[in-house]
Amino acid sequence: MKPVKILLAGLVLAWCTATFAAGAGYPLEPAGSDVRQTASLQRGARNFVNYCLGCHSLQYVRYSRVAQDLGLTEQELRENLMFTGTRVHEPMLSAMPAAAALGWFGNAPPDLSLIVRSRGLDYVFTYLKSFYADPTRPSGVNNAVLPNTVMPHVLASLQGVPAARWEATTDAAGQQHQHLAGLEPATGGTLTVEEFDGFVRDTVNFLDYAAEPAKAKRQALGIWVTLFLVIFTVLAWLLKREYWRDVH
Amino acid sequence: MAANTVAPAGAGWLRSFGAWIDERFPMTKLWNEHLAEYYAPKNFNTWYYYGSLALLVLVLQIGTGIWLTMSYKPSAAEAFGSVEYIMRDVEWGWLLRYLHSTGGSAFFIVVYLHMFRAMLYGSYRKPRELLWIIGVLIYLALMAEAFFGYLLPWGNMSYWGAQVIVSLFGTFPLVGDALVEWIRGDYFISDITLNRFFALHVAALPLVLVFLVVVHILALHEVGSNNPDGIEIKKNKGPDGHPLDGIPFHPYYTVKDLFGVGVFLLLFAAVVFFAPDLGGLFLEAANFEPANPLLTPPHIAPVWYFTPFYAMLRAVPAFAGTQVWGVLVMFAAIALLFFLPWLDRAPVKSIRYRGPIYKVALMLFALAFIMLGYCGLMPAVQPFKTLSVVGTIYYFAFFLLMPWYTRIDSHKPEPGRVRS
Repeated sequence: MKPVKILLAGLVLAWCTATFAAGAGYPLEPAGSDVRQTASLQRGARNFVNYCLGCHSLQYVRYSRVAQDLGLTEQELRENLMFTGTRVHEPMLSAMPAAAALGWFGNAPPDLSLIVRSRGLDYVFTYLKSFYADPTRPSGVNNAVLPNTVMPHVLASLQGVPAARWEATTDAAGQQHQHLAGLEPATGGTLTVEEFDGFVRDTVNFLDYAAEPAKAKRQALGIWVTLFLVIFTVLAWLLKREYWRDVH
Repeated sequence: MAANTVAPAGAGWLRSFGAWIDERFPMTKLWNEHLAEYYAPKNFNTWYYYGSLALLVLVLQIGTGIWLTMSYKPSAAEAFGSVEYIMRDVEWGWLLRYLHSTGGSAFFIVVYLHMFRAMLYGSYRKPRELLWIIGVLIYLALMAEAFFGYLLPWGNMSYWGAQVIVSLFGTFPLVGDALVEWIRGDYFISDITLNRFFALHVAALPLVLVFLVVVHILALHEVGSNNPDGIEIKKNKGPDGHPLDGIPFHPYYTVKDLFGVGVFLLLFAAVVFFAPDLGGLFLEAANFEPANPLLTPPHIAPVWYFTPFYAMLRAVPAFAGTQVWGVLVMFAAIALLFFLPWLDRAPVKSIRYRGPIYKVALMLFALAFIMLGYCGLMPAVQPFKTLSVVGTIYYFAFFLLMPWYTRIDSHKPEPGRVRS
């Protein structure tokens, strides 16, 4: 069995390193969200339509499906999540014209349907928390995770604007380099640090759901499938043993 | 020849219906020749599950593939959106898609283990040379099938992966550019390329694969299965004419393989339901962004099952003004497999009776192959560049020096009968 173990060890090693290699740069903070928590998803959906949908679409997500998965009635859906006058079966599209956005920001705000799957949950979580004051940027802010992002700090009224903490390092040639060491806690927002973390956690939780609406169902079903397969495999083993009694 | 040695069991009407068919089609004959009276060695170990598992995965891929085709749109404008439509709006579409995407990787895992089994026990040696060659053809067809299928989601990694692989043909002198244009059907990877890859993925290559698998099984049943001792069970037959160390495939190995199927499906379901991306190894993050001809992903690597050959490609430097050498090395690495039956000159087949040289050489070969696969996943920086070169040299040395080191290697005497 030795070769099998070597092969498996190799695969696991390759997988770990591939995962690790994706997260170089600014350290990402674990989001700690859970798509099974419906209340968190409901708050996240509210946050999204209030703070994100102005610019970012979820072109593959339908309002009606969100209501169904998040346990909302059609009336609750219309009163809390639908501000753009669309019908319930329509996808969640931003009202901002893409051509205008291109002119305003130099870059159209990306569709966020799959952002959690293309960039990672922790990436989006840390990104939203890592804006800092930078007067050299047109928006007055920069981002530690995605340097020189054109996105403004949309959540500044809630978080405030953190200040960057710089560290000077000297390289081999004796040159001084400024290096972003971290962010000071923000002040001036309406939410405390913990409340703001919760706000962002709910929002990325909703984006996690939006990236794969079947995720919670998939995991829940997986437990039953596994239980069935364990029983099936044990029975198959017993059947094999019974048939093989006369093989010597 | 009297075909109906065993009449179908069952009620009277069922039996007479079976007889009616047998007079017109060799139903019972086929059943007996390939299952009920196909005698397989009784000493198969865990390495012998992967053949039947490969068949299971083939059926799974064809089944899920047919249902995915019902909702998929093979056009550059709609392909990416139609996959998301399958993931969200089609009933159980997400399950079909994950079964198919996980099945693609599972196919290669199972086939690599199946091939390694042949190398452990000398299953490619006389009289099974043709069986091995048909198997290598299946592996080639599977690589083509996987390559064409990988473009279909029309994600950015699909797009750039196809771009890189198709460009390889452009390194051939004189015909290169024309060849690449002919494969793409356009001046870049486009809607036309997607359409033809779709046709090849859902019709042409599945037909080739199924045909080759049938031929593989027919060839196997003609020569009989090898076993972990590497000796022929047909040399010791009982008074009934059946091998003394053989047992009918059905029911003995059908029930045993049923257990193997259970264990396999447990692992398979764990991926499908709890980690369908497998940390970016089975479904890559960059592929959740639609194909964008103007934006390359930060790091382009093929899916894991191609990476050993990708590492070889990158290990060979360009010289004489062309990159074609790496491409030739990559193709040669696969072509060498066809000659394996004649490269091995050992007097025994199984690793159990081989000397230390081959044992070490084969273990290092497995490690080198995994190491190459790992290097192929990584960016082309040190130490992966050096490791790729070392792995490539070892891969070729393993095959090309085999006639020499298998002849000077010691060996133990083979037993007369199989050990369990």
